[in-house]
Amino acid sequence: MENLHITNGQLAQWLDDMRRDGLRIFAPVAQGGKTDFKFLAEGDTVAEDYVQTAQSAKRIVLPMAEVLFSYRKHGKDIEVANPGTDRFNDTIIWKARPCDARAMRQVAEVFTRDYDDAIFEARRSHTTIVAFSCNTCDDCCFCTSVGGSPGGTEGSDILVTTLTDGGGALVEVLTPKGEGLAAKYLAGAARADGIDKQAHLADVRVLFSADEVRAKLDGAFDSPVWQEQSERCLGCGACAFVCPVCTCFDIQEDAHGARGRRIRCWDSCGFSMFTQHTSGHNPRPTQAARWRQRILHKFSYIPEKLGEAGCTGCGRCSRACPVDMNISEHLKAIAGHE
Amino acid sequence: MSNKNIYLPYLMRIEKITDEAPGVKTFRLAFEDKAEGEAFNFRAGQFAEYSAFGEGECTFCIASPPTRRGYVECTFRRAGRVTTGLAKLEEGDTMGFRGPFGNSFPIEQWQGKNLLFVAGGIALPPMRCVIENALDMREKFKDITIIYGAKSVGDLVYKEKLKEWEARPDVNMVTTVDPGGETPDWKGKVGFTPTVLEQVAPSSDNTVAVVCGPPVMIKFSFPVLEKLGFKDTDIYTTLENRMKCGLGKCGRCNVGKMYVCKDGPVFTKAQLNGLPPEY
Repeated sequence: MENLHITNGQLAQWLDDMRRDGLRIFAPVAQGGKTDFKFLAEGDTVAEDYVQTAQSAKRIVLPMAEVLFSYRKHGKDIEVANPGTDRFNDTIIWKARPCDARAMRQVAEVFTRDYDDAIFEARRSHTTIVAFSCNTCDDCCFCTSVGGSPGGTEGSDILVTTLTDGGGALVEVLTPKGEGLAAKYLAGAARADGIDKQAHLADVRVLFSADEVRAKLDGAFDSPVWQEQSERCLGCGACAFVCPVCTCFDIQEDAHGARGRRIRCWDSCGFSMFTQHTSGHNPRPTQAARWRQRILHKFSYIPEKLGEAGCTGCGRCSRACPVDMNISEHLKAIAGHE
Repeated sequence: MSNKNIYLPYLMRIEKITDEAPGVKTFRLAFEDKAEGEAFNFRAGQFAEYSAFGEGECTFCIASPPTRRGYVECTFRRAGRVTTGLAKLEEGDTMGFRGPFGNSFPIEQWQGKNLLFVAGGIALPPMRCVIENALDMREKFKDITIIYGAKSVGDLVYKEKLKEWEARPDVNMVTTVDPGGETPDWKGKVGFTPTVLEQVAPSSDNTVAVVCGPPVMIKFSFPVLEKLGFKDTDIYTTLENRMKCGLGKCGRCNVGKMYVCKDGPVFTKAQLNGLPPEY
């Protein structure tokens, strides 16, 4: 795999050519006062000046609602229709952040361990991620505190770093999928030579040590910190819905008369119904217990299994929270807690 | 990579419905596809997801033992949306079944030991599987004691099986109902299950205890077993956390570093000691 150095004109041309070829491109677009991913349609302009999209790109591989199968009742008999996995189209995620690309690996881990989820696998195999390094960040960003970097390559097929001196972009071609795309759209591009990538990246401050947080969490189950931090939590689940790593889901029935569909939908451990038994018994009966689960799962349980936090520091949860719960502030407090 | 849709249930025909107690039914299910049925295997303690098409899925242990092939049975109480949907089904109707999931009772390791089963209410069904599995290979075990309690005489499930087990000379069957739940002709004991367990006082020597029941029964039975000298590694239970996928993916049954659907549902008390009390 090689690194290329392209001009700003070549970068713009690359996207134009892919759009002209009719590729399905999922990219950030500024609309209605926010910047978010959407499938590019004619007239859409890819957003330039933003730090982070409102939602992550996760929904390309894990849509908010996925039909698992449908069925029809005929008297006492049931006819089930498996939607199969040949219905998906190739999709390019354009301008994902390195934190989102990195999160894809953890999402994939959940859906491929023990039991292979063929629907997820098919979606993922049709997805190519062209991530863009971050030249800027904001106060909510903390990728460097959880082992990431504004120029991290993990999970991307291609990583583009736009050079802040206006001198074009560095293109790191990282996987065979990325090679395929580069061969088609960047043939003839110059080899990168002597570019100091680091100089063009955002300066994301390290706010806490994920290892220290993990060590503190080992004895923190009964700490008063959960109650203190979650006192104002509304249990709205916004943090989970914008998270690029969260994968918890519900399975729901959408039935009308003799026809129905079984659907996988996003869910959140922050919802009171998440663990509630039919009897009314709830193993996590308070918002404090649910907040604790969110933090323990991401910063203690997942690290034990995968060796890294279940969080890539994208900061979306802090930006989306309607009551300003700032996750890095809370993690700093846990790391410093006696 | 497999192309199998892991969310797709087997289609099952309801062969027989037994009314066990008010709101409690047992379904005997046969695979629509005979080849699927012949290939199907499971171990005592494993669970499945049962579909009422139009309502959704819910989770119960497989109640019949793996030693009796050709069918599976489930016993459930009508309580929520899905169990209400299931309860409306009739013999000959079709329902869905996904499984088997989870771990199982290490019954092979128990050979040569005494077995003590303590069950409360609707928790006899998950235990029936392992009880009948043990009875089907009775010569491999020493004494078998079953202590089963319910709120009232009417709430006892598997009344026919209770009679059958009571009649066996090689089973010490103790049945009890909560105070006030007895009828004039009730011949069993009256008292809460943990109290009766203390009265029966089975020896902990070379004995494995399996305890299933509502959280309150388990909570009060563990100290009794401890007093009787049972080691935490010899006390087994099955957890009943809410589940959706059964595959270790949906996240609902995550307790500490475990997923109840994958690492459980069978746990020893020693394992529970290492988990947060979120079950």
